[in-house]
Amino acid sequence: MIKGAIVVDTERCKGCMLCIEACPLNLLSLVERKVNQRGYPYIQQHDWESCTGCTSCAVVCPDGCITVYRKKED
Amino acid sequence: MTKEELIRPENLVCGKPALMNDVPMHYCPGCSHGMVHKIIAEVIEEMQLEERSVGICPVGCAVFAYRYLDIDWQEAAHGRAPAVATAIKHLWPDRLVFTYQGDGDLACIGACETIHALNRGENITIIFINNAIYGMTGGQMAPTTLVGMKTATCPYGRDVKLHGYPLNMTDLAVNLEGTAFVSRQSVHTVAAIRKAKRAIRHAFENSMNGIGSNMVEIVSTCSAGWKTTPVEANKWMEENMFKFYKLGDLKDIQH
Repeated sequence: MIKGAIVVDTERCKGCMLCIEACPLNLLSLVERKVNQRGYPYIQQHDWESCTGCTSCAVVCPDGCITVYRKKED
Repeated sequence: MTKEELIRPENLVCGKPALMNDVPMHYCPGCSHGMVHKIIAEVIEEMQLEERSVGICPVGCAVFAYRYLDIDWQEAAHGRAPAVATAIKHLWPDRLVFTYQGDGDLACIGACETIHALNRGENITIIFINNAIYGMTGGQMAPTTLVGMKTATCPYGRDVKLHGYPLNMTDLAVNLEGTAFVSRQSVHTVAAIRKAKRAIRHAFENSMNGIGSNMVEIVSTCSAGWKTTPVEANKWMEENMFKFYKLGDLKDIQH
């Protein structure tokens, strides 16, 4: 089974929500009632256990703030 | 497996390109410029031309592109990027020289320079970001604005009798003898981004091999100028822009 996880550079994120739209499993959402230092709400992965590390979110991110890790689990 | 075991350098599959600086970009949320910057950084890295690339910045939203990618850049006067690129390529024929221009820069004030540089067959690549509006100055009508599209200077929609027809620069470039590769792409989905990356790579390879001039148009969104959200802007682009600006490789003399 392939497991994936993402790390979000929350200070770089502008909350454009394109990654939320691109995620095939709907695992991303905007944080509620929080903003980064530049005043933008940022995204989070609310369910990392279902993530397959398909990199769709990182590919569409205009600001390059998502890093994807993936490993095959034995 | 815990998250800590997964998040290790050996499991990294995708992230910010190495050539992209840590400076946060000034673009609005969801701007297509970011995707295109990322693609260019990845292609230059794959082609191992980090030390031999010169980009020409336009005037427009991408005027600060030199801050974001760790390659050599030259700022040009408004619309004159293809002329500056011509000079640099003539002086340094072994460099990858490309311009990065918006529609106000390329299709309006720089239409003359663009057409002549392409027609001379200069071994450069022109990357044309077409969002059908002047983004930086506040959303005025551009030469590429669609008929009926509302902007700050045509609030009732572009009227053909008053403003004329939209200018399709990429279709013009197809008919020029000097162009080797002309393509129109978009960056609104994962598949579209991969296609756009292939087109830019092909154009860069052509300009390094001295085959002729190359132009890659990226049909883009301007959610701030179109006064909508990035996700809605992508939908609007699919429904309206793609009818007039049809995607695909329009000319490739090698095939």
